[in-house]
Amino acid sequence: MTGLSPRARRIAAAVAVAVLLGAPFVAYPLFLVEILTFALLAASVNLLISYVGLLSFGHAMFFGSSAYVTGYAIKTLGLEPVSGILLGTAVAAGIGWVTGQLAIRRLGIYFSMVTLAFGQLAYFLALRASFTGGEDGLQDVPRRAVLGLIDLRSNVTVYYFTLAVVGAGFFVIYRLVHSPFGQVLQAIRDHEPRATSLGYRTRRCKLLVFVISAALAGMAGGVKVVGYQLATLNDITWVTSGEALLICILGGIYTLVGPAVGAMVIVSMSHYLASFAEWVLIIQGFVFVVVVMLLRRGIVGELYAWLERREEARQPAATVSPAASPERAARRPHPAEPVNQELQP
Amino acid sequence: MIFGIPTSAFVGQLLIGLINGSFYALVSLGLAIIFGLLHVVNFAHGALYMLGAYVTWGLLEYLGIGYWPALLIAPVAVAALGLAIERLMLRRLYGLEHHYALLLTFGLALIFEGALRMKFGSTGQPYPNPISAGVDLDATFIPGYRLWVIAASLGLCGATWFVTERTKIGAYLRAANENAPLVRTFGVSVPRIMMVTYSLGVGLAGLSGAMAAPIYQVSPHMGSGMITVVFAVVAIGGMGSLLGSIVAGFGLGVIEGLTKAFLPGAAEIVIFVVMIVTLTVRPYGLFGQELR
Repeated sequence: MTGLSPRARRIAAAVAVAVLLGAPFVAYPLFLVEILTFALLAASVNLLISYVGLLSFGHAMFFGSSAYVTGYAIKTLGLEPVSGILLGTAVAAGIGWVTGQLAIRRLGIYFSMVTLAFGQLAYFLALRASFTGGEDGLQDVPRRAVLGLIDLRSNVTVYYFTLAVVGAGFFVIYRLVHSPFGQVLQAIRDHEPRATSLGYRTRRCKLLVFVISAALAGMAGGVKVVGYQLATLNDITWVTSGEALLICILGGIYTLVGPAVGAMVIVSMSHYLASFAEWVLIIQGFVFVVVVMLLRRGIVGELYAWLERREEARQPAATVSPAASPERAARRPHPAEPVNQELQP
Repeated sequence: MIFGIPTSAFVGQLLIGLINGSFYALVSLGLAIIFGLLHVVNFAHGALYMLGAYVTWGLLEYLGIGYWPALLIAPVAVAALGLAIERLMLRRLYGLEHHYALLLTFGLALIFEGALRMKFGSTGQPYPNPISAGVDLDATFIPGYRLWVIAASLGLCGATWFVTERTKIGAYLRAANENAPLVRTFGVSVPRIMMVTYSLGVGLAGLSGAMAAPIYQVSPHMGSGMITVVFAVVAIGGMGSLLGSIVAGFGLGVIEGLTKAFLPGAAEIVIFVVMIVTLTVRPYGLFGQELR
């Protein structure tokens, strides 16, 4: 958030809160629910990219399986939404623990391929399993009262419930990133052998983030079922994993707000293009290409960079020397900028 | 009867397994060549395989050009497209984190799949069998075209091995893989080698697609179906290893075929199960080396 004064930051936060609270009176609440769930899914993917340097092509596996478990728990077992979502999140975390054991053994490029393959396995299992309803999915999941107290029959209430859950998810990410553990993760990402030599159990740390990321994706899947009342095969296909990645990269990886902004753009785009469904894949692919070629920092990343440039231009050169500002001294070059050749795989 | 199932069913599934394996091997071979030199996981590989099949089908449908000329035209067309992709886009991403190349090729795969789905719909297009003759065994009839595919795939694997291990171009390729700056000091244009390598690998995918047209239905999602399986095959064989791609490709095709004969419900997932077992025992695949 460099480039913004504390006061400007407070104003921005206040505006964001006001917009989030007022939104369901302006837009269709379930549309906003979709944006929120995709924002959380993308944020979970983003956490892995930004803090472990791993690009997951399999997060639909966590999103989708939690959606099925939550839907089944609410519809068939008669659970109320919060315990249903918790159950789904726990199952996603468990799947994350098992697949993570195997996936994080392989660095970088391998990881993406292995997660895609795991995702495909999950898809086939969901297609064949009986409790998922196969091609039909789980439909008409009832909206039970939250904790038996809050009635969810109105779409506006569902929006606020989703906002609370997704907000909690984002808060977890924020706390994680700004904790000592977050610092350790950055150290591992930037130079793993060094972190190992300092005595950190790097594999265990990476596995832990992977599990947290899987749990957050699961949380997104669970809350989606509560709002949309259905879980389908679509939730667990690689297309959903790809969409999450698209949201991340368009919004801006290495930023906390990026996934939220990206989700807003991509979900709105899908809605406006609903009558041209065949165009969606092409346009999504096109956005990927354009962002990778021209806009590697993403929307939020470019905005930050612009604010930073403006700040630098405004201040006299002497005060911006690296020593004057510890924050600036610690800033590493954005990964979208060319890096030293020897860091290449 | 073999292990309690009719011999004809057993041989039939074994043959289907070998056919699928031929395609797994060819597609993952191209992926391995590209990865070996460019350190790029070409996510568009499945989509380019599908394009090869569509070019073959389109040549017959619109121009009346048959299978055998298409077998030459399709890979050249796909390789030309690959040349453009490398030249205009991938080349600009080499200095960056490998995420970007992966995301770019993923985006390209979406564009190709989406465009063909829009133009031709998602239903498959049939392609006539170019070889009607076959071999009549006692137990079962083996179509000639399937034998041709297996033979051609083995031949192509052998040829690829020969080019990379026994020719001067292959020597340059391996040298550039090992130490690109040093090769450049000898006056070899490494960027050009990379361009040629990418279009060769991609051309191999186009050729596989042309060969696949008469066997599978030519459909827009044959590419994404292929790439998910091939990624598992590559994880099992070991990334960047040519031998690993060939062995794992054929091996997994056969395992998949036999699973279909004995345990039909598990056929779709058996490759992923094998991947999990392999990763548990050998994290870098059967023939892979540890790499960063």
